[in-house]
Amino acid sequence: MEKMPKWADVVLIPIISLLLATILSAIVILAIGEDPIEAVNLMVTGALGSTYGWGYTLYYATNFIFTGLAVAVAFHARLFNIGGEGQAMLGGLGVAIVCLSVPWPHWTIALLAACAASMIFGAAWAAIPAYLQAKRGSHIVITTIMFNFIAAAFLNYMLVNVMRPQGSQDPATARFPEAVHLPTFQSMFSTAENVMFRGAPANISFFVAILACFVVWALIWRTRLGYEIRAYGHSETGAVYAGISPVRITVIAMLISGALAGLMAINNVMGEAERLVLNATEGAGFIGIAVALMGRSHPFGVFLAAILFGFLYQGGAELALWTSIPRELIVVIQALVILFTGALDNMVRIPLEKLFMALRKGSA
Amino acid sequence: MDFFLTLVQVLDSTIRLATPLLLACLAGLYSERAGIFDIGLEGKMLMAAFFSAAVAAVTGSVWLGLLAGIAASLVLSALHGFASITFRGNQLISGVAINFLASGMTVLIAQSWFKQGGRTPSLFGEGRFESAEFPYAIGPEDAELTGRPVSELMSETNALHLAYSELLSGHSILVYVAFLMVPLTWWILFRTRFGLRLRAVGENPAAVDTAGVSVVGLRYAAVAICGVLCGIAGAYLATALQAGFVKEMTAGRGFIALAALIFAKWRPWHAMWACLLFGLLQAVALRFQNIDLGGVVIPVQVMDALPYILTVVILAGFVGKAIPPRAGGEPYVKER
Repeated sequence: MEKMPKWADVVLIPIISLLLATILSAIVILAIGEDPIEAVNLMVTGALGSTYGWGYTLYYATNFIFTGLAVAVAFHARLFNIGGEGQAMLGGLGVAIVCLSVPWPHWTIALLAACAASMIFGAAWAAIPAYLQAKRGSHIVITTIMFNFIAAAFLNYMLVNVMRPQGSQDPATARFPEAVHLPTFQSMFSTAENVMFRGAPANISFFVAILACFVVWALIWRTRLGYEIRAYGHSETGAVYAGISPVRITVIAMLISGALAGLMAINNVMGEAERLVLNATEGAGFIGIAVALMGRSHPFGVFLAAILFGFLYQGGAELALWTSIPRELIVVIQALVILFTGALDNMVRIPLEKLFMALRKGSA
Repeated sequence: MDFFLTLVQVLDSTIRLATPLLLACLAGLYSERAGIFDIGLEGKMLMAAFFSAAVAAVTGSVWLGLLAGIAASLVLSALHGFASITFRGNQLISGVAINFLASGMTVLIAQSWFKQGGRTPSLFGEGRFESAEFPYAIGPEDAELTGRPVSELMSETNALHLAYSELLSGHSILVYVAFLMVPLTWWILFRTRFGLRLRAVGENPAAVDTAGVSVVGLRYAAVAICGVLCGIAGAYLATALQAGFVKEMTAGRGFIALAALIFAKWRPWHAMWACLLFGLLQAVALRFQNIDLGGVVIPVQVMDALPYILTVVILAGFVGKAIPPRAGGEPYVKER
């Protein structure tokens, strides 16, 4: 018999954890002498009160969907991929090379090529830690952390010494040609008399992200490979007994994870910046951890959590603009979400399980 | 002589840069030897750096600053222990959360207290750790007496005296503390009953439990020691190596310390050499940008990435295998 109904595990625990994180964040805001209710008001109007705000919220959410899915897929195989940041950086490199080296006739073809390149680069960056975990037993968490730093140094080198245009001081690539610019929400949804999403960076990648959610869902719950990944994540010995190769699953799960993290680059590099700059990922790879934990590693949950974090990001930027609360408040909220939904999961779960057991006894 | 002077200066800078790494690395050593993985070293150092600088700036006493830094780091340690020992949560996720918590809170509080864009006011005088001058070493006092800069006096003296003045003398007291911690840690871990139990709890907690020793107590003790050492490391960064706190000032040092810990295979003396090596890499990267080795130019980014690359190579087991404590990362469940 299960200790509590499934809906409680999937819905109630994340909501309670989120509530705890919210209460603590409110206390933090109070402690630095600001009004939490006023802050929430500002965040809601700033992030959701206009199509411009939504344009930013969905732009950030797109990044987080990709990195959240990346962490989620790895979680299903019980692998903790902290390397999303580095994999997304490398994805950016792939996108930049594709966009700058081929004279693309139309953005559609360029987008397909950029998707492929970013996924290959991201997967390649995840491949080495995956191989080392599978074959040599080196801990994937440590190797992926190390690979984040190596990626940062590598990208720094590429931008400063190799890809920087002649005469430019800025450690960044040249601007991508006009033909590979992705359609933004502004150009997609505006009518002649009514301009929507003016100047906001949300672009067609958002729909690629939604597509990715469906693909990941189908992969994990509707394919043999997905079954094997989940079986391996559930019990390694059980999976081995069923003839599933741990090496194969570890490597494949990490390759998919790295590819998803790399795919983020079509949004931030190709869709927004339209060139590759230093620190283009802005920590989105790490937010993927919070998003995957919050979304219980389910694509739909990841989608919702990514929208929530998109809102927090845009709302946080607005807060920093209008009040003296710095943007780092979002980092604190992110930390609290990771803490409550990840590390302190049992703190919420154990009392709740006891409660459900007591209720069940009462009704029986 | 010029070459020798440069060498000594680079080594001097190595010692300064290795100190925070060494303190954090030993901190991680206690924690991980007791079976608690800690990737939150970075966060604890950052928190300690901020609070030590903040308190030192407000009170003007660097010692109060040090205490505040240790206290702040201990709070995060307690949180880590709470999540990973009491509630048997995922230690790695807890570490990630602690890093973000520190990264956000330090700037938030700094902005709220000092309104200087996430930094503390610069420290001076009693607000900083001064360097200790050994007898007969060349230091600022000699410069004042003769009215000439220290560097000039240094370049005139003989090699031994130079090395003595630069390398042994002239560091802040925390540097000596850090290096004395190495034999002390070795002695505690390998020559005391507490150390034996601490190592046992990281390898086989059930055996320790059977012997009637508290697993939870030992692990909390290890995590607390880790907090104290991270606190000293953070305070060193903000009040000795630099004069004040700036946003994200740890700059990945916690992760380099973690790398050094693996590189050293969780042993104190090896940890010191690993930290000195990584400190040397930092010192070289700081002094020379791109290194020209007779036609082959090593870009500065290679120096930045080298500690991580070396660690991956060690982890891969191509150069001797790094095997972590066996019960590391596993929460201990008394009854099943």
